[in-house]
Amino acid sequence: MKTLRILKTLRIMSASLTALRRNILRSALTTLGIVIGVGAVIAMMEIGNGSSAAIQKTIASMGANMLMVFPGAAASGGVSFGAGTTMSLTPDDCVAILNECPSVRAVAPVVYSKNAPVIFGNRNWVPMAINGSTPDFLKVRDWPLTEGAAFDDVDVRKAARVCLIGQTLARELFPGQSPVGQEVRLQNVALRVVGVLDKKGANMMGRDQDDILIAPWTTIKFRVSGTSTANTNTTTSTTSTTTTPHGQVYPGSTSGIYAARSTTQTNNSPMPVRLITVDQIIAGATSSAETKDAIAEMTTLLRERHHLSVDVVDDFNIRDMTEISKALSTTTVMMTNLLLVVAMISLVVGGVGIMNIMLVSVTERTKEIGLRMAVGARGTDILRQFLTESVMLCLAGGAMGIMLGRGSSYLVAKILHWPTLPSLGAIIASVLVSATVGIVFGYYPAWKASRLDPIEALRYE
Amino acid sequence: MNLIELRDIRKTFYLGEVVLPVLKGISLNISKGEMVALTGASGSGKSTLMNTLGCLDRPTSGDYLLDGEEVSRLSNDERALIRNRKMGFVFQNFNLLARTTALIQVTMPLLYGRDTVSQKDANRRAAEMLTRVGLADRMDHQPSQLSGGQQQRVALARALINDPPFLLADEPTGNLDTTTTREVLALFKKLNEEDGITILLVTHDPKVAASCRRVIRMADGLIEADDVTPGGAL
Repeated sequence: MKTLRILKTLRIMSASLTALRRNILRSALTTLGIVIGVGAVIAMMEIGNGSSAAIQKTIASMGANMLMVFPGAAASGGVSFGAGTTMSLTPDDCVAILNECPSVRAVAPVVYSKNAPVIFGNRNWVPMAINGSTPDFLKVRDWPLTEGAAFDDVDVRKAARVCLIGQTLARELFPGQSPVGQEVRLQNVALRVVGVLDKKGANMMGRDQDDILIAPWTTIKFRVSGTSTANTNTTTSTTSTTTTPHGQVYPGSTSGIYAARSTTQTNNSPMPVRLITVDQIIAGATSSAETKDAIAEMTTLLRERHHLSVDVVDDFNIRDMTEISKALSTTTVMMTNLLLVVAMISLVVGGVGIMNIMLVSVTERTKEIGLRMAVGARGTDILRQFLTESVMLCLAGGAMGIMLGRGSSYLVAKILHWPTLPSLGAIIASVLVSATVGIVFGYYPAWKASRLDPIEALRYE
Repeated sequence: MNLIELRDIRKTFYLGEVVLPVLKGISLNISKGEMVALTGASGSGKSTLMNTLGCLDRPTSGDYLLDGEEVSRLSNDERALIRNRKMGFVFQNFNLLARTTALIQVTMPLLYGRDTVSQKDANRRAAEMLTRVGLADRMDHQPSQLSGGQQQRVALARALINDPPFLLADEPTGNLDTTTTREVLALFKKLNEEDGITILLVTHDPKVAASCRRVIRMADGLIEADDVTPGGAL
């Protein structure tokens, strides 16, 4: 029974094909609406997907699924000093986050240095960013090296005088030669360049990400700055060391204007234990879906580590990139959807064209319908045949539309250099849509044909 | 054994207010293997009678037994199946599909049968049928490439592909010249005598009618004469 049905369907299809071939030009013109509609849908989807993928890539270049932890605001006597004024983040927080937050892939502390010229030979350049960190910084930011190798954890522990430099800095200081192995000077500290970072380009704010120098955070904190930059303008960190002329000559050394305390003095009036703090912690979530989990885990962990009771606000802020990426992709999604609506309208117009031609065809072939009924076709047979014809028209149009759409998105990519992305979903959707258009707009003419009276139809001239 | 038995068949058309009785009580028996001519002036009701006999139309009242089965009160779909299995139609203007080869024309009724045949089987049967009507060398020709007589023979092959016991021909020679008429009639006769197909020929032409052994003449919705002649004269 099933094979019989397949057989019958096949034969109806071949009969429909014969009927369509009898008027090949008309069939082709009829499907033009569908061809253009489907072509537009495919091209729109591919171009839209391409541009949102490009935006995703830009966001990813800032560090895939990057989360930033900033220290919170300090307040004294009702005066708030703004974000980043408490020094609440420690390198140990980093280790704890990595060990205890399952949604976090990599963590790195960041220590800023104030902008200062980096000197090599007779050339100098002030990079946009001078950061101290750990080797994991590169893991969080997804930043490969083009040359040399990254410093390692031992370098961090012993505050080694090594650094990595970005492409821009390499270009400015070392035109036409390899920077690896050379020594640059930063605030009178000689740093050996061990590696050159790959090109990242501008970030979403237009900042050149390649204009950077990265050294172990211990090196920046203890050798270059002597202290954290954020520390210098805070009133709450009572232990901040002030930079003295003496300190400028010998950077990193603590000032010697007070006499050293004896052991007794130290025991009698212990100074508060000075925590080593970092200016920022960056963390990479395992996937973009897990950034929310990562934020929750980190918040809980840091509150616990900082001994914050329930009614105390966080002494840190965690930020992610989702806001920015959402804002950017919303625009693209909206444009794509608008164009899709236009494409859908053209599909409907194409469908009306199909309906029109099918109606003409039914009238024109009244005699044929009468004959088919006379030799034993039932109403449903006639209905099925005309429906098959319109669906086949639409599917053929859909197939041509897919080729047209793929072709035009290929041309757009080749000639205009717009990013496009082939979309299997769009192809499946347009096949389904064109079959649906065929059924919806072919039904009325087919139904009309099936309701003809065989005697009248045979007599029709 | 009667293939066709009509008992007091009446057909009345209602055109708004006007009541138009076309068949006013027809009773008729046609046995298996007969070749019958149906004649009559225009408006005598012979087309309506033929439509009724061909199960294209239902009578207003009366009984129609085809092969012992009451068919006058069947539904549209059931009558479609009867037409497919038990009847073949041949028309005055051939009713062939334009731009379609003879072979495909002939396979058409097979599409609507109860048991579906594969395209290959259909083509084989159609080829056999076309050979039988003498068109073995014209299978891939379209109607525009065939003469009138050849076209009518394609139509005949199409009517016979399901091996129906009953063949209805509505003015089959109306559009043909004398020579072709003779050829086509000879073919009908051969089918009637050799294959035992019961044939009903509707015709205006007394000469064509004379080729049948039995001639039924209609006038004003009734059978005026039902003569059995020696026949066979062509």
